[in-house]
This record gives sequence, C-alpha cells and structure tokens, in this order.
Amino acid sequence: MKTSVFFGTLATAALAAGLASAGTLDDIKAKGHVQCGVSTGLAGFAFTDENGKWHGFDVGLCRAVAAAVFGDADAVKFTPTTGKTRFTALASGEVDVLARNTTWTLSRDVDLGFTFLGVNYYDGQGFMVPKSLGVTSATELDGATVCIQTGTTTELNLADFFRVNGMSYEPLPIETNAEAQQNYLAGACDVYTTDASGLAATKATFEAPDDHVLLPEIISKEPLGPLVREGDEVWGDVVKWTYFALLAAEEYGVTKGNADDLASSPPNPDVGRMLGSEGNMGEMLGLPADWAVHAIKAGGNYGELFDEYLVPLGIGRGLNALYSQGGLQYAPPFR
Amino acid sequence: MTSITEQSQGGFRLDMLWTDARYRSSFLQIVAFLLLMLAVGWLVSNAIANLAALGKDFNFSFLGTTASYDINQKLISYSSTSLHWEAAVVGMLNTLLVAFMGCIACTVIGVIAGVLRLSKNWVVSKLMLVYIEAVRNVPLLVQILLWYSIFIESLPAPKQFRENVPEGERATLWFDMIAATNRGFYVPRPVFEAGSMVMLIVFVVSVLALFLFNGIRAKYQERSGNEIPNALHLFGQAFAIVFGLGVIWLLLPSFDQGAFGIIWKLVVGVAIGAGLGFALYSMSTLSVRVAILVLPLVIAYYVMGQPVSWLYPELKGFNFTSGEDASIHARNSLMALWLALSIYTGAFVAEIVRGGIQAIPKGQSEAAGALGLRPGRIMSLVILPQALRVIIPPQISQYLNLTKNSSLAIAVGYMDVTGTLGGITLNQTGREMECLLLLMAFYLTISLSISAVINWFNERIKLKER
Repeated sequence: MKTSVFFGTLATAALAAGLASAGTLDDIKAKGHVQCGVSTGLAGFAFTDENGKWHGFDVGLCRAVAAAVFGDADAVKFTPTTGKTRFTALASGEVDVLARNTTWTLSRDVDLGFTFLGVNYYDGQGFMVPKSLGVTSATELDGATVCIQTGTTTELNLADFFRVNGMSYEPLPIETNAEAQQNYLAGACDVYTTDASGLAATKATFEAPDDHVLLPEIISKEPLGPLVREGDEVWGDVVKWTYFALLAAEEYGVTKGNADDLASSPPNPDVGRMLGSEGNMGEMLGLPADWAVHAIKAGGNYGELFDEYLVPLGIGRGLNALYSQGGLQYAPPFR
Repeated sequence: MTSITEQSQGGFRLDMLWTDARYRSSFLQIVAFLLLMLAVGWLVSNAIANLAALGKDFNFSFLGTTASYDINQKLISYSSTSLHWEAAVVGMLNTLLVAFMGCIACTVIGVIAGVLRLSKNWVVSKLMLVYIEAVRNVPLLVQILLWYSIFIESLPAPKQFRENVPEGERATLWFDMIAATNRGFYVPRPVFEAGSMVMLIVFVVSVLALFLFNGIRAKYQERSGNEIPNALHLFGQAFAIVFGLGVIWLLLPSFDQGAFGIIWKLVVGVAIGAGLGFALYSMSTLSVRVAILVLPLVIAYYVMGQPVSWLYPELKGFNFTSGEDASIHARNSLMALWLALSIYTGAFVAEIVRGGIQAIPKGQSEAAGALGLRPGRIMSLVILPQALRVIIPPQISQYLNLTKNSSLAIAVGYMDVTGTLGGITLNQTGREMECLLLLMAFYLTISLSISAVINWFNERIKLKER
C-alpha cells in the first residue's frame, strides 16, 4: 500500500514537472545559446566550411537570432536534420527553431502543431535532367525514374503532377541531398526533383554543371520559412522580428557596415525605432535595445545574405526581391 | 495488494509473506508485477498528458486518409490515391518479402560456409574463416550501402542498352533475357496461357509420384541392400546426360553478338550444363528423382503446344518496361538489402552450424566411416541430422535478427514498413506515437510468429525421450 502511494506521488510529481516548462526564450537565455535545426548540407542554405563552421542563407538567419538575443552571432549550435527527422527534433524540443528550407503548409501549421514565422525564401519545385537526355519539358518525362527526398512535400507534389498529367514514373526515394546526387550522377535516376533553389545549389557543386539543365516547369508553391513550436509565441516573435529586421534593414539601406553609425544617428524615425535609438522595441521583445543592430551585423541584411550565399549559385532574386522592387518580401512596420 | 494476502488462514501472520518460503516467491512476484504496472501506467499517462500539452490527440483516423505518395515496389495494387493503411500494408509485404528471401539465402550460405569452415582443405577452411570474420565485424549498414553502391556505380544505365550506342560501349542482356542495370535487374515474366493448367496438374501428379517413388525405393533398399535397381540406375545416368545437354542447348548464345560475347556465353553455358550433368550422373538416385519431376513437365509443355511464354525486358523510353504486362523488375534496393542481409546473417549462421557439427562426438563420423560411407554422405546422413538439434534454437534468433535488421532498408530507399508507415506516413501526418506503436506491434507479431514456427519445428526434430 505504502509503495503504491509513494509511486503515485512520484508519478504525479514527475508529470507536473514535465508539464510546467518555462518559456523557450527564458530557457535559451539560461542555457546561453540558441539550438537551431538546419539541413544536413545544402549548398547556399546550410553547409560547413573546412573548419566545421556553419554558413549559409538559413544559417545566417539562425546567427542573426543568436546575435539579437545574446549580442553574439556564435552563440548558436546547429543540429543537422533530414527531411524525416526535422519535425520530431523540433516537437521534442531538441532544437529551438527550425530554419531548414521547410515548406509552409496548412497541415504542418495546424495539425503538426508548429507556427511558421514568415517566408524567408519563396521557392517552387523543379526538375533537373542531364542535357544528354534531350528532354526540354517536364511533360516529356513519362516513364522516367525520379530521384526524390522522402518525407518532403516534393514527394506529394510529384505524385500529383504525374497523376494529373496522366504519366507514369518510378520514384527512387532517398534520404539526403548527398545520396540524391550520388544516384543522379550515376544515372540510377533520370531526373532529380526538389525545390528549384536546391536544384540550382546542387548543380553548382557538380564537376560539370553545364551538362545539366533545370526544366522550365515549376510544379508547386514552396514558401520556405523558419518555424517554432505552436504556443511558443514569445520566442516565435523574437525569430519573426529578427527576420523582419533583416528585411527592413535592406529596405532602409542598413548594412552590416553602417549599422553602428546609423544606430547612433538614425536618418529617420523608422530606422531609429528598429535599431533601438528610439522607443523600446527591444524591451517589448524581451531583448536588449540594440538587438537589431547585432542581428544585422551578424551576417548583413537580407539582401547581403542573399548576395553572399545564393547569387554565386546562379539564383536570382525573383520573387524574393523586396516588395519595392517587384518581389514579395515585405516587413511590417516597426512601431 | 494487501487485501489479498490479509485473508489469514489460521496462524498466518503478515511477516510470513517474506519469512515463509511458501509465500515468499509469489509475494515477491506480485509486488514486482504491481511495480511494473505502475511504471508502465506512469509512462503512458505521462505521454498522453505531454501530447495533450503539445495540442496533439491520440487517434488512428489518419490511416483512413489519402496517402498521396507513390511507392515503387508494390506487391498489391497501390497508387498515390490509396489510403495510408494501404501504404502501410504495401510496406509490410515488402518487409516480409525481403525477410523471407533473406532467411532462405542466409540459411543456404550459412550451412555451406559452416560445413566448409570445417573442411580438411586448408585453403577452403581459411577462406571461410576470412569470410566469417570479415563480414561479422563490419557494420551491416555499411555492407548494405556498399552493395548498393556497387550496383549503381558498376552496372550500366538503361540508356547504354540502346541501339544507337557504339558497339564497344553497348551493354547487352545476360543470356538474352536478363537486363542488369543500375536501376535493378529485369528478368522475364512467365505468362500462363490456356493449357498451362494441364502442366500444373502434371506437376502435382509428378510430386505425388516422387513421394510414391521414395517409399517404394526405401522398401527396395531394405530388401535388397541396393539403392535402386540396375536398370533405373542406368536410366538415371542417361537422364543426367540428356539433362546436361539440354541445359547447354538452352543457354546457347544467339549468333548476333560480338565474338567475345559468344565465347563467354558458350563457356558459361557449357560449364553450367556440364556441371549439372556430371553432378546428376554421379548421383543416379537424385537423377531419377529430378527426372520424375522434370520429364513429364517438359513433355506436357510440348504436347500442349508451349502454353507458357515469357515476357522479356524491353527498352522503352527511359527504362526497361516492367509491371503487370512486362518483365519483372528486381530493384537494386531490394537486391542490395537482400544480399547484405543474407551474407551478414549467413556468417553468424555459419558459426552456429560449425558449433552444431562440432557438438557431435567424433565417434559418430568414425562409426559411419567404418560402415563404408563417404565423407559427403556421413555429413548429410549422420552428422547434420544430429547437429540440427543443436543448431535450430540459436538459429531462431538469427532469423529474428535478419527480420528486424531489414528495417535498415531506408538507407538504400527500399520501401519497407519502416519506410512507408514509419517514414513517409509518419512525416506527412506527424503522428509519431501512433505510427511507431503500429510499427512495434507489427515487428512484435512477425518476430513471435517466426519464433513459434521454428519452435514447433524444433519440437518435431528434437530427441524423443521415452
């Protein structure tokens, strides 16, 4: 009898402890770094240099967030995740934020219990084929073997595309981008399909990139963005507004070079509020007043990140230009 | 818990529960059981509460929604408009297929390697030692990836089979019927037309006749001491010659491929045909058995006007054709997984077989030798049947290991149940708990079934003690 009472108490206590967790932002401040889930390696978006240091467009966002919270762009640790493991990693709290070219869909937002914070890259699913195949359109791919990463939205789009067009295909499912490259280059599949940005990035790493072409068809909308757990609003706001700060910085001409100068003598009140020389935006977010300055200095504004990591791969701004230049990237006002 | 034990039966005191040997063991078991249940209950309630805190409920209704993804290898009809549970079943069948193929292959490899490991021939036994030690000590995942890489890197792509590829670089079908490509092996599919029913009946009758022959032959041997009558012995040898020549004739190359191709195929065909012929020639009883099975079938085949035809792999568009009305496509993912699983588990089986054989006293083989049996027959008639009793129990766990290890399939993109239910479905629906519980239930069921079947087999062959 006594043992059961004892265990009952223990169970209740453990249960209560499991449920009562502090806010993620407080947890992050306590542990001293941001844990960021990224791709296992995708040129341009997340990759490591010879010293094992992470770089890339998605990585840049993580570093900006770390800089906003701690004032230090290196106060971030990266967890490489595959298409399959990413959601479990986020849901279980293994990572605080997932910045891993993840498509914003209704079911992920609503049913999986995540909150998407914005779209840092507007993408669409495309196809890459060897030039020697002589294919010029995706509608000529009837009967082809297609390399595809499992556990991604691309798998569903591919099935829909071929079904709607009354064509058959043979899926060759693979886990990571590296495996896809191996299979594709060995000719085990005719076509590789994933987000067009990913294709361009992969193609750029080939020995002979000119022997391969991207087909003109873009068969889906793939808005890629960072996400956090649902119900994690305070922490979500920090990531969301860090991203907006990078966007607004490009719009206002704030770069990593001039951020400090503009913070001390802002050209207009908008920039002043964002960079913390006016108002108390930082305090509202639970961050230091100069959070945006640190975020921008971490790797540059949105445009600088894009120019550094994606333009060299031959990826143009396209939909990802600022709204003022005909694109879709738009930051709400800082007030 | 105390309410049960407090029912005192005269002179019972509470402390007798742990001081009296009569009650102590059951008391301890009850306590341990309750503790276990509490622990399980705590884990379950904790999981449910935490899921609820994440805003997730616990239900299996997602199984009835559209899967929307395609699976390449499907043993039942399935498309992207099928439901998630159907995708799970496709995956389960794929798991069972590779596990079944693997269990058979690993037994064959293991028995051969285990017997050869004890060979008196130094080279053979050391070769087997190298195989066993090398394969056992390299992680299975590495071996699976190695086989897969060998297949996709070294075999030709389907486009290299095209007519317009220059002669020297063009790949050709093996024996004009098997296309080995870096997308898998395409083998001919048999098509059964009207009249093939007769062949089936003939075959069933042949099998019955074989049993009859075995019975009569055993009685004949008891009576006369000879295995089979002389006339039948001659018939067996004659059949062996015809059979060997028949195989050579079947494998003869057609004369439209280069000189090298013709010679190579001639050598292989003659080697296989002659090998089979000689083997049967030296074992005339076996030869008679093969004749009983094969001869009526071949005669029926020609009498009925060749009712079985073959669909050969045919290059069309990007790939060789496969599917219901074309050749059979054994994908490299399946082949690599199957080979790696069989070779890996085969090494463990070999050690079990060796242990089983060495457990049989040396006197047994000496006694058999004194009776005049040759080494091959000593092994198959005296040693192995007895060794089986030692081999079977540990063998169960090897079959279980192989089945469970097949879940590494996703490494090469083989869509087993871990790839469908535990992979894509889990990802697209986000139902980790439900999917993983179903997966566990599936593997548990399979493992227990395999265990049950082999335990039953073990009951049958074990030493009868009266």
